[in-house]
Amino acid sequence: MEMMRKERIDRGIKVRTEGIYAISSMREILYLLGPRLLLIVGLISLPLVLELAPYWKRVVNIMCVYSLIALSFDFLANYVGLVCLGGAFFVGVGGYLAAIFNVYLSFPIYLSIPLATICGAIFCTLLILPCLPLRGVYFAIVTLMYPLFFTRVIEALNILGGTNGITGVDSFPNQYVEQYTIIIITLLFLFGMRRFVNQDIGLVLRGVKDNDQAVRASGISIAYMKTLAVFIASFMGCFAGAYIAHLYMWGGLSLFALDFSIIPIASVVIGGGGTLVGAIIGSVVLVPLSEILRAFGTFRIVIYCIILTLVIVFKSEGLMIYLQRKYHQFERWVKV
Amino acid sequence: MSDTPILSVKGISKSFGGLQALLDVSFEVYKGEVFGIIGPNGSGKTTLINCITGFIKIDAGQVYFKEKNITGWKAHKIAHEGIARTFQIMRPYYSLPAFKNLIIPLWSPRARKTGGWRGGGKHGDRDTVAVDILEEIGFERDSRVPYKIASTLPTGYQKRLELARCIAMRPEIIFCDEVFSGLSMSEIAGMLPLIEKMKSDGITLIMVEHRLRELFRVANRVMALNFGEKIAEGEPLTVIEDKRVKEAYLGSEEV
Repeated sequence: MEMMRKERIDRGIKVRTEGIYAISSMREILYLLGPRLLLIVGLISLPLVLELAPYWKRVVNIMCVYSLIALSFDFLANYVGLVCLGGAFFVGVGGYLAAIFNVYLSFPIYLSIPLATICGAIFCTLLILPCLPLRGVYFAIVTLMYPLFFTRVIEALNILGGTNGITGVDSFPNQYVEQYTIIIITLLFLFGMRRFVNQDIGLVLRGVKDNDQAVRASGISIAYMKTLAVFIASFMGCFAGAYIAHLYMWGGLSLFALDFSIIPIASVVIGGGGTLVGAIIGSVVLVPLSEILRAFGTFRIVIYCIILTLVIVFKSEGLMIYLQRKYHQFERWVKV
Repeated sequence: MSDTPILSVKGISKSFGGLQALLDVSFEVYKGEVFGIIGPNGSGKTTLINCITGFIKIDAGQVYFKEKNITGWKAHKIAHEGIARTFQIMRPYYSLPAFKNLIIPLWSPRARKTGGWRGGGKHGDRDTVAVDILEEIGFERDSRVPYKIASTLPTGYQKRLELARCIAMRPEIIFCDEVFSGLSMSEIAGMLPLIEKMKSDGITLIMVEHRLRELFRVANRVMALNFGEKIAEGEPLTVIEDKRVKEAYLGSEEV
C-alpha cells in the first residue's frame, strides 16, 4: 500500500521572521488585511445586524466585556508569565469605583468611567504588588483570593450598599453609545496590545516570561516590569468593570463573581492562548453559546463543560492558532 | 594594567543550611585581564558568581566594584553598574527570534545611558544594532540563523547568544559561567577568538571553567576553589602544579 503524508508549506509571503511580509500586489494586501477587516467590520456591524433582536444586542455587550477581561488574562499569562485569576477582582474594583464616583460624588458618566479605570488600575496594582515575587500557581491563588476577600468585607461591614449594592448608577445616553463604546474600546485594546507586545518594551515583558533571571542580569528590574504589566492588565479589567456598572446601572457584589475570572480563561483556552485575538474569538464563541444553552436550564452547564472538554482534548492549541495555520499554509498529500 | 583592582572580593562566606558553600573567599581582579576560577564539581564556583552578581544574598564579606561597595545590592542594580554574567544552564528567551533576544539588554537602562547603540530612540535602530552584535559574535547576517526562534538554535549558537546578551549591555566585567561546557572542540575553537576579542576591547573576563586546557590558553591568572575555600591563586601553570589543587582534582594519597 502506498503511504501518503500531509505536507505543509508556508505561503511565500513571509520574510525571514514572523510579522514581516513582502507585499507586492493588491491581492497580497487583501490576503493580510482580510482576516483583520473581517473581525473589525464584523464586530462593528454586529449591533446593526442584530437590530431585530434586542436581547442579543445585550449579549454583544457582555461578549465584549468578557473579551476585554480575556485579553487582559491572555496578556498577563502568555506574555508576562503571571497566571492571574483576578479578572473578577479587576471588574469588581472598576465597577464599584464607577458606582462610587457616579452616585456618591455625582460625576457624569464620561468622567466616572475613565476615572474608575485609572484609579481602579492603580488600586489593583498596589494590592497585587506584594504578591509579585510569587510565581505560577501561588500567584494565581492569591489573585483568586482578592475578589472573595472584598465580597466578604463588603458583606460583613455593610459598606457601599452592603448586599444590595449601589443603585441608581447613570445609564448610557442611548443604546448606540452603550454598544459602540465597548466595541470600539475592545478593538482599540486588541490592536493596541498586539502592537505593544512587539515593541521593545513588550519584548522585555516577554523576556520576563521566558527567563526572568536573564532579564535581571541585563540590568532591568523585573519587579518594575511586572508592575507595569499588572497595571496594563488591570486597566483593561477595570474599564470592563466600570462599563458593566453603568450598563446594569448598579454596582453590587455580583461584580466580584468568579464568572469574571473563569469564563475569560475558558475563552483564552478555546480561542488559543498567546495570540490575543484568540481571547476575543473565544469570547465571541463562548458567551453566545452559553446564552443559547440557557434553553436547557441548569443542564446547560453540563453541555457547556462537554463542549469545553472536547475543544481542550481535540483542539488544545485553540481555534485561532488552528485557523492561522490553515490560512498561512498550503496542505497537500505527498507520497512518502 | 592599573594598580587598583576593578573588582575586589573580601572574605565572602555563604552557607545553605548546614552546607558551607563558600568560606572566606577573597580575590582581586584587575581591568583587562582574564581571570579563571577552577575547582572540582560542587566547590562553589557558581555560588561565588551568584553571590557577587547579587543573585544570592551573602552571609559575610564585601564586594567592591571600582572601589564602590556593591555588597547586598539587587541583581539588576549590579548589572546596571556594568557587571554582566552568563548562566551555566543557558536559557535564551526561547519564544523570541535570536536577534530579538538582544533587544532586552539593549533596552536596559544601562545600554540606553551608555548609548551602546547608534541613533535616537527609534524602534528600528535597536534591531539593526542587535543584528550587528550577533554578526560580531558569529551569527551569519545573511543566513536565517539570527532570525530563527531562539529555542530552535543549536547549543553552540545558544552559548554565543548568552555572550551576545552580555556584550549588548556594554559591560565592564563579564562573568562567564562555563561557556565552553557542552561544546565540541571545533565550537570551542570558534569561541576562543571571541574571548580574545572581548579581552582586547577592554572587557574584564572572569571565567568559571572545567575545560582547563582551553581556559589556560586565554587566562592571565587562575584561582582554585575546593569545598568553598580558596586553595590556590596565581599563574595558570603554577596553580595546576600546586599540591592542594592536584589533591582536589585527583584525591590525596594518604587516607
